[in-house]
Amino acid sequence: MTTATDILTAPSLPAAEAAGQAILDADGMIPAREILAIAWEGVVRNKIRSLLTMLGIIIGVAAVIIMIAISAGTEATIAEQIEGLGANLVFIQSSFMRGGPGGGNSVNLVYDDTAVVASVGGVVGTLVDQTTSLSVEAGSTTLTDIQIVGTTPDFPSVREVTIADGRFFNEKDLAQTAKVAVLGAGVAADLFGDADPISQQILIGTTKVTIIGVAAEKGAVGGVDFDAQIYVPITLVFDKFIPSQFARFVGNNVRMIYAQIDEDADMDTVIQQIEYKLAKSKGVTVEELPFTIQTQDDVIETRGAATEAFRNLLAWVAGVSLLVGGIGIMNIMLVSVTERTQEIGIRQSVGATSTDIRLQFLTEAVMLSLVGGLIGVIAGVGGAYIFGATSDMRTVIVPSSILLAFGSAAAVGVFFGFFPANKAAQLDPIEALRHE
Amino acid sequence: MANTTIIQTEGLTKVYGMGDILVKALDGVDIHIEQGEFVAVMGPSGSGKSTLMNILGCLDRPTEGRYLLAGQDVSGLSNKQLAAIRNRQIGFVFQSFNLLSRTSAVGNVMLPLVYKRGAGAPPPAERHERAMAALEAVGLADRANHMPNEMSGGQRQRVAIARALVNNPVLIMADEPTGNLDTHTGHEIMKLLHDLHSRGGTIVMVTHEPDIAAQTQRTITMVDGKLADDGHGRRQ
Ligand SMILES: Nc1ncnc2c1ncn2[C@@H]1O[C@H](COP(=O)(O)OP(=O)(O)OP(=O)(O)O)[C@@H](O)[C@H]1O
Ligand SMILES: [Mg+2]
Repeated sequence: MTTATDILTAPSLPAAEAAGQAILDADGMIPAREILAIAWEGVVRNKIRSLLTMLGIIIGVAAVIIMIAISAGTEATIAEQIEGLGANLVFIQSSFMRGGPGGGNSVNLVYDDTAVVASVGGVVGTLVDQTTSLSVEAGSTTLTDIQIVGTTPDFPSVREVTIADGRFFNEKDLAQTAKVAVLGAGVAADLFGDADPISQQILIGTTKVTIIGVAAEKGAVGGVDFDAQIYVPITLVFDKFIPSQFARFVGNNVRMIYAQIDEDADMDTVIQQIEYKLAKSKGVTVEELPFTIQTQDDVIETRGAATEAFRNLLAWVAGVSLLVGGIGIMNIMLVSVTERTQEIGIRQSVGATSTDIRLQFLTEAVMLSLVGGLIGVIAGVGGAYIFGATSDMRTVIVPSSILLAFGSAAAVGVFFGFFPANKAAQLDPIEALRHE
Repeated sequence: MANTTIIQTEGLTKVYGMGDILVKALDGVDIHIEQGEFVAVMGPSGSGKSTLMNILGCLDRPTEGRYLLAGQDVSGLSNKQLAAIRNRQIGFVFQSFNLLSRTSAVGNVMLPLVYKRGAGAPPPAERHERAMAALEAVGLADRANHMPNEMSGGQRQRVAIARALVNNPVLIMADEPTGNLDTHTGHEIMKLLHDLHSRGGTIVMVTHEPDIAAQTQRTITMVDGKLADDGHGRRQ
């Protein structure tokens, strides 16, 4: 127990001498928790200013997390859309419309090419679709803007749609341009309620068709609501639902042929075969064939490349805002060092070394950026979540982006804190003490 | 108690360069101060009193000359070593108190203990205890958690004195400790210093007030950076 009397008693000099070199032992560091406590005091002493200092870092970190979440969300949506089309697919489409659609000597992708693709070994299903939007009438119920999907009989297996009731249309229906339709579960319920729709007749646009099947519920995949669609033979779409002048133009051109490949087959070989057979049927060489054939991974990659450019731009924006945040910290720390010159002098007069002072201000800068980083992470995660919930854009929070943002914030603190901390450490005790 | 020399200087000189003009703030000062002495330093403004105090207190270095503090030559020590000497052997009391304005009284008093390192560095609990004991010694234990701006000048100076003695220094340096205080409060501070002196403390104090200087055993007079009177009746 130290008492007031002990304090007022000067040490006997021999005792001080016995301490010998220990008196000069200034190389030891004061404990880290001491430095932390001193720096923390500096941070909380002026809360508003600290908050303003951190603002740049907060915005930078939040921006990094939100932007990465947006681009990750976009990529996830793309992947889901492509994968939602079915498994093991290749996409065959016109590279470009040579000589305009339906142009005389052009080589176009047409519905009949489906048969060529289907004849390739390893192709287990082919699918073509042509979607149009029309009103639908059943008895007294009318639904407007219903997606009418003209497609081919392999649709249920390729798109993984189950038929709950009745049947899907077959090759014969297709060949005969049969006026038949299969309803998505939601449309069926909307039109018929609990009644059985099979063999009922509905009006699609002005064409009367007979319902032959109802699909099981599938929900939305990749932004497409399967339950809200009506499926009809694609020949029926060409024949009835595409406006006549437009139909003449388009002919039986198709946008894309989907081919489902046997799981065990080699993708590249099958693709080469498809190219070869298509070229042969068109009377051109494989090199001249104006079609691109891509796997799902190819498509995801191609579309991803577009978002990658976007992502790089965002990374730059975020990086610049972190940099600005760092400069903000440096500015405020420089002002703070000047303002607290006397404090520095007082600390030096009672035994703080320049290392102590440097560490104090460096720690303060790092603390500011870490606390700023933490607030930024919370704001970023919250912001990404709210953004995803309230807008059309999807956001996926990437855990590594949190580490990245937080790590950069810390690095910014060390980097931009160094100069002010050094300035503080180099102050002369006398001049610092005299500073008002 | 055997007489031990605490301060011994030889030809202490401090030159400030201001452009082409050189100011000799100290000009060959030789001083001896023994342990247990209470010495007043007087002299006109600009005569070099503060400059001397800063060098004797290891806050500054002489341009020339030697300085032995408690037998140790401090002239050639590094900045770090000087910081350690200030921390362990010297307690400062300034005219303008020099307290951390946003830190409580006890926090200010603890400061030298925070920067004490190596052997004898007190753990936090002991630090607080010693700081409280120092505050009690200056009669301010009940104000431990007050901020400096909640205290009077005299109270602030007492906090500063508590801070100066918390590390049991061999030397207390006080540069016009009563300069910012009224006469009554000044006498209270002097009473504390006397108290410290009577228990064996060595104190060097700058003052402009003859009656304050008269309370000490010995008065050194500075004129133009030179020792005009070393207080032993011998003029240099
Ligand atoms: N940093 C400095 N740069 C230049 N000249 C200085 C500096 N510090 C002190 N001086 C000069 O040194 C001389 C002595 O100054 P010092 O402060 O020691 O005087 P003092 O005796 O303490 O005066 P006072 O009684 O007014 O406090 C003065 O001429 C002063 O102008
Ligand atoms: Mg002075």
